[in-house]
Amino acid sequence: MSAALITIDKLSLGFRGRDLQRRPILRNVSLTVDVGETIGIVGESGSGKSTVALAMMGYLKPGLEVFSGRAVFNGNDMFALSEPQRSRLRGSEIALVPQNAGQTLTPTMTVGAQIEEALALHSGIARKARRTRVLELLSLVRLSTPRVIARRYPHELSGGQQQRVAIAMALGSGARALILDEPTTGLDVTTQAHILEFLRELTSELDISMVYVSHDLGVIARVADRIAVMYAGELVEQGNTRSLLRAPAHPYPQALLGSIPRLGERVIPASLPGFPPPVGEARQGCAFAPRCPLSVDRCRNELPPAVELAHGTAHCFRVDEAALWKPAGNPVSSCRTDTVALEVKDLAISYFTPSLPSRLMGVRASPDTVARVDFAIRRGETLGLVGESGSGKSTILRAISGLIPPKHGTIELNGASLPGSIAHRSLEVTKPLQMIFQNADSALNPRLSVREILEAPMKLYFDLSQAELDQRVENLMGAVRLPISYLNGFVGQLSGGEKQRIGIARAFAAEPDIVLCDEVTSALDVSVQASTLALLKRLQESRGAAYIFVSHDLAVVRAISDQVAVLYQGRICEIGPTDSVFKPPFHPYTEILIGAILVPDPDTAPRLLVQDASESSPPSIGCPYQRRCPCRAGPICDTEYPPIRVLADGHRIHCHHTSAALTARASSFDRNLETRTLSAGTEQRVLSQ
Amino acid sequence: MTDAVATDSAPARRRRPRVRINSTLRRVASRPSGAIGLILTIFFVLLALFAPLVAPYDPAAFDPDLVHLPPSAMHLMGTDSLGRDVLSRVAFGGRLALVVTFCAAIIALLWGGTAGIFFGVVGGRIDEFAMRIVDGFLAIPWLLFLLLMASITGGGAWIVIPILGFFYGIAIIRVARAAALQIGARDFVTAAKLRGEPRWSIIRTEVFPNVADIIFVEGAMRWSWMLIAFASLSFLGFGATPPTVDWGLMIANERAFMAVAPWSVLWPCLALSTLIIGINLLADALGKAVGVDRAGDMPA
Repeated sequence: MSAALITIDKLSLGFRGRDLQRRPILRNVSLTVDVGETIGIVGESGSGKSTVALAMMGYLKPGLEVFSGRAVFNGNDMFALSEPQRSRLRGSEIALVPQNAGQTLTPTMTVGAQIEEALALHSGIARKARRTRVLELLSLVRLSTPRVIARRYPHELSGGQQQRVAIAMALGSGARALILDEPTTGLDVTTQAHILEFLRELTSELDISMVYVSHDLGVIARVADRIAVMYAGELVEQGNTRSLLRAPAHPYPQALLGSIPRLGERVIPASLPGFPPPVGEARQGCAFAPRCPLSVDRCRNELPPAVELAHGTAHCFRVDEAALWKPAGNPVSSCRTDTVALEVKDLAISYFTPSLPSRLMGVRASPDTVARVDFAIRRGETLGLVGESGSGKSTILRAISGLIPPKHGTIELNGASLPGSIAHRSLEVTKPLQMIFQNADSALNPRLSVREILEAPMKLYFDLSQAELDQRVENLMGAVRLPISYLNGFVGQLSGGEKQRIGIARAFAAEPDIVLCDEVTSALDVSVQASTLALLKRLQESRGAAYIFVSHDLAVVRAISDQVAVLYQGRICEIGPTDSVFKPPFHPYTEILIGAILVPDPDTAPRLLVQDASESSPPSIGCPYQRRCPCRAGPICDTEYPPIRVLADGHRIHCHHTSAALTARASSFDRNLETRTLSAGTEQRVLSQ
Repeated sequence: MTDAVATDSAPARRRRPRVRINSTLRRVASRPSGAIGLILTIFFVLLALFAPLVAPYDPAAFDPDLVHLPPSAMHLMGTDSLGRDVLSRVAFGGRLALVVTFCAAIIALLWGGTAGIFFGVVGGRIDEFAMRIVDGFLAIPWLLFLLLMASITGGGAWIVIPILGFFYGIAIIRVARAAALQIGARDFVTAAKLRGEPRWSIIRTEVFPNVADIIFVEGAMRWSWMLIAFASLSFLGFGATPPTVDWGLMIANERAFMAVAPWSVLWPCLALSTLIIGINLLADALGKAVGVDRAGDMPA
């Protein structure tokens, strides 16, 4: 290891409350980044991970102030410098790649012009040389046709390409350190895996330091040499990636690792009790003590010391006990019955159908957003719908709930056909069909008390006395493990995980047969996600509801579902019992999705089989997956819709390959696992026309 | 037994006020502009309420011997062309305007707010059609329209109330509709629709509490514009009519004597503009306190 490029030395910073009391966001954080090293800062929302990373650039969000400590970059005390001096360093020597590149690029300039402008500001390159430098940079970030890309506007690029452009811009002036703030969080799994592989190559090529901020240990495991784990403004453990992920010394990273759903087994991960403390809260002892299963009185009253370990440092009194502790998940037992609760037959949904006059003018109807969707759910069963963004998974939920009337096909609830639009549905059919939303912030009325929110469905569907209402509301709060004292409060005072529990309680207030879960854990932190999944499973066991669980996260779907449908461009690729779908034989698309999943283990690399691409609409004829498929069956893929291949226990794959061919591919799967066919990370956007 | 349970849990279930008036007022007053606005507005409301106590003379009593006296210890604001005490007339002069415009503001709030929320929630063609009508009304020059309506109906303070209320309500429709549209896109409204809640219940429990403060702030803003409108109408002879003491009317009657007795015009002008500034500041601070930040747009 060489000399430290960035040193964060006992840094505490925060804001001041109304009473001018210090409300720290970072507490006594010390961290170094060596030349050429990649540090991963991992933590949940509000842990201060981005604040640390931005402090390395001498940047504080408005309203924050440094209470004590220093941030040194390349010998410069960043907070002691004047603003112009800092600005000169930023962009030229230390650069930031933001989370959402699409929003930080200027929409009115071509990306080439934007990179050129950044070069003009931060480097001494002459005007003429800049043009060639832009093209160099774009090929450095593995954009296959730099000349074409440079002339494009940001909206003409895919999310992955935008992110690469942002990285090119940051690298432009020969920065020595790159701060990456959740750069792949909004991207699809396959795109994310490609960007991470590219970043790994980049560090070895350019010898720059990187600080990679993420909430996802799987992502960090791919890129980082060392990991720093943050919790509630404190750095709880730091150390070498491999050792930290294999054997964390602090209970928090251990619990965090334990709460990540794994693809290999159908287990609801171990949940961490409680929720992270509010930002800036005053405290005496260890921040993690209230949620730590190993905590003793001392943890709550004294600040834990830094314990030197073989691979790094941990701040904990109970390092020895923690080494022996291993959080365990709960294997899922199915509680499905034989009664079909909901059946969808040949569902097709279209957002845009041209009117008669425009059809006469030659406007052709685009292919339906969702088509040929068939599935049935039995009581007590969970059906997982997975797919990347644009796969139509949420659209199917909206059609079932009646928000978008389907173009054709039927939806049958308990054997009776449902009217397409919510306006034509009576209370008898809305009651058994409830929904839980992705964003609990938007799904709960901030002006109603928690009690009123929970009472609303009960008042609508049941004729209850006030005493019965009170009783039921209190039972519900018990069922979602929230204190009854919350009932008279408003949701604005609750944390994200608590809000989502209120959302779940509201859905169950109607005593539904089917609950539609739209990415219900996507907005939650991993540790809260695990407990939310466990809660959903428990409620299903006690109340026998069926779930349709929409998620982009295969591991989450694997943990909770009895049946899984993999969607691509609004068409089912593969559907069947969870264990069969996640085992070969696969549909070629499922294989790619599973291959791109990142696990928190530095020695497990994702398998990137094809070029990273994104499509904006399905092809009008042939297999929906024809353009990205790495193993096409032949020209028939372009002309015919794939037939259904039925495998064991109701596992159906829509593919032109025969079941025998798919099974034969499956036997070569394990060998494929080792040989990663990484196609230089080039990215190609297949446009609809 | 059920009775006992009900009484026990009754205090816990008591509804909290939706728009928290106390904390909002405190936030308004904590801003210098808000505090000034609040003081000015309260001052003029109290002045109007207690005018008989404040006024040293009968505002209608004229005296040919006291015409155009400059301000003095006897007549603090001087006297007008008929020898009436200007201070007494200023004290009484805001009463009618405040009552008329306040009533009109309430009418505008009620009908504009209701219609706006309704169109915002219902949406579709009904909303589209209604908004085109609103656009049409907004294209009419407001003062001419008021004059036309006043001359058709013969004018007078009590006729002006519904006209002002109707006309300014149209402007409130747009604001209320925009706010309701924004709230309608939130998932809790979707959730209520999916449950099958009746539309009026969605409007009442889900949408209204979230748009009430925006509409209320808009109403406060419109109130100050109505004061200008009413003063203009009085000035032109369609608002307050002579036996009534009114600022607009005072300005109209005395403007001929600006050169000899400027005080008889300046004082009512000053009172009117100070009140309007006060209400504007108050509405602005109110908007900031409840998180509605709006640019000071001009009357339609």
